[in-house]
Amino acid sequence: MANNYLKSESKQLATWYFTFAAIIFGAQLVFGLVVAIQFVVPGFLYGVLDFSIARILHINALVVWMVFAMFGSVYWLLPDETGIETVGIKLGKLLFWIFAAAIVVVVLVFLLVQVGPADNTTIWFITEGREYIEAPRWADWGIVVVALGFVANLFLTGMKGRQTGIVTVLMADMIAFSGLYLAGMFFTNNISVDQYWWWWVIHLWVEATWEVFVGSIAAYGLIKMIGAHRQVVEMWLWIEVAMLFGSGILGLGHHYFWIGTPEYWWEIGALFSALEPLPLVAMFIHVLYDWGKETGLQMAEVHEGHKIEGHTINNKPAFTWFVLNAFGNFLGAGIWGFFHTLPQVNLYTHGTQFTAAHGHLAFFGAYATILVGMMYIAVQGSNGIKVLNHTKASLWGVSLITGGVMGMTIALTIAGYVQVLVSRAQMGATWAAYFDGQDGVWFQQAMDWRLLMGVVTFVGFLFLAKDLLSTGKSAVHIR
Amino acid sequence: MANKSVWSDNRFWRRTATWVTGFASILLIWLTFDTSGQIAMGNDADLKNGVTKRVPGPTVINYKITYEMSPKRGHEVPVIGEKEKFFGRDDYSEKEATALLHLGKLAEQAKNCMDCHTLLGNGAYYAPDLTKAWLDPAWGPNGSMQAMTGKNTREEAMAEFLQHPNQYPTHARMMPDLGITAKEAKGLVAFLKHMSSIDTNGFPRNFGKMQGAIHGK
Repeated sequence: MANNYLKSESKQLATWYFTFAAIIFGAQLVFGLVVAIQFVVPGFLYGVLDFSIARILHINALVVWMVFAMFGSVYWLLPDETGIETVGIKLGKLLFWIFAAAIVVVVLVFLLVQVGPADNTTIWFITEGREYIEAPRWADWGIVVVALGFVANLFLTGMKGRQTGIVTVLMADMIAFSGLYLAGMFFTNNISVDQYWWWWVIHLWVEATWEVFVGSIAAYGLIKMIGAHRQVVEMWLWIEVAMLFGSGILGLGHHYFWIGTPEYWWEIGALFSALEPLPLVAMFIHVLYDWGKETGLQMAEVHEGHKIEGHTINNKPAFTWFVLNAFGNFLGAGIWGFFHTLPQVNLYTHGTQFTAAHGHLAFFGAYATILVGMMYIAVQGSNGIKVLNHTKASLWGVSLITGGVMGMTIALTIAGYVQVLVSRAQMGATWAAYFDGQDGVWFQQAMDWRLLMGVVTFVGFLFLAKDLLSTGKSAVHIR
Repeated sequence: MANKSVWSDNRFWRRTATWVTGFASILLIWLTFDTSGQIAMGNDADLKNGVTKRVPGPTVINYKITYEMSPKRGHEVPVIGEKEKFFGRDDYSEKEATALLHLGKLAEQAKNCMDCHTLLGNGAYYAPDLTKAWLDPAWGPNGSMQAMTGKNTREEAMAEFLQHPNQYPTHARMMPDLGITAKEAKGLVAFLKHMSSIDTNGFPRNFGKMQGAIHGK
């Protein structure tokens, strides 16, 4: 992707990260289809690629592509924000290859070896078997090294160059992001202790540091795409940080209802996780409001001699994805999360497809959208385009992906409802009760719909991939 | 810009963000110390003296565990009862029981159990929740699983199933053969029995209501 429009080495490196991220995104969807098929046709790949392994690949691919796209986003915005080139660019490039190679090895081991005997060699070299962070321990240490190198680059560049609010927030956020991973790297016989610290990685990543990261990216994107005032955007960024960390850190409590932890987590978890939806939409709405007030009236702009009506948005696909982020984050993380966050409800909904419904819409709405938006900003920059417009493929891509994910979410919500009513409320969560719920007609139909919507999402991804690869050459843009 | 208000001042909000984050973090750390004490694993002496722990010691496998409604707390809690044989013995020493639990927890991770099942409600949703699986009526004296495996006790039926899951089809969604050895299976069953004794604040609610797991003495 790199070419003569891309003078900055940091931005070139960012395009490497984005490219790898997009490939892994595709892999995530492929393995997602496998598990969706297994819910409908249980014998599918039985004994070859069992549900457990396909699911590990589905979810770990999600985490990995998002982390790659996050690193890419930071490398992209650093030169713009700090005004200088990223300091340790050679280190950054080396770490990229180490990270990518390690992931390929881990994936091959997951595919070919899958499980091991119950001893420490398995934990070190095959799988740690802890949901979402299954990577074996050697890879854990590798990730820590890569993350430290990345943070070093961010800090050295941030210290040397201009320190904007966005860079300051990112610096603080990425330290927490890297440090929290350490909480997932030990073994204990006590599963309550295991789960207690496991959530420090999972929750404090996803519902605290990742969300703050998204706030910073949104701030950067709005300045870039619509020329929003830095003062205004950064003020809202700080408010976001206060609200996100203020609710998200103790919102951790909503995972501590049933794992053996004391009852006081009921109140703490309920209160703070109920506050979690509030910040998710705040900054965006206010920036749009301020933008509309200050620049919305000046609709006509002049580009290279000819007048262009209404081009105050200079990257329409990216802007579309950023707007979807504002809504998707609020709906998926906020509303769908709030559905089952109160302990009185969660007692019945915990560990059902409700969680899967929330997970699908939240990860898509809060993270996938904005990271795809950043990929479009990178495409724009790499091709020296002044105004990047929608193509047919970008519209098909965004529509099918969004429709597909929304469809999966609704289907899984219905499945969760059946599960709660039959398996939990009525029958009482035993083995027999579980399968009574799974065999319900509504549950099974919901799973058929989930698969269908998964296919829709995948087709949308193909359009997206095509567009990201080819839109730079399209004639619809203004150069 | 003439009237500079504190509400639109970036420095004010930066300080607010710092203080709020710091306060939340300190509160979390403080609560973590308290919780860590409460969820630390008990020991054999606690069990012998009837001291209730949220997470009992590994020798809990020497005792009968039931899941009963506590009128005081308003939900079901695990109750540790009289001695009960586990693979023919009820005198596992602390060291032996710990070794079994260790093996079982390692096996649970090495076989990726949580990527199909849920444990303490966390995990995947492709297979049943194992939080109180040890108490599931299906493994009990008149249970379908005990009958299918042809074994006489809960622990033997579970261990047999874990070693040869594809010989005992329980549902169209079958558990795959994960190469679990007899030793590992014993550890896994010990792990499951131990997990059923963890006080999960009443989760899962009404466990086995229709099938008699509660008050199922």
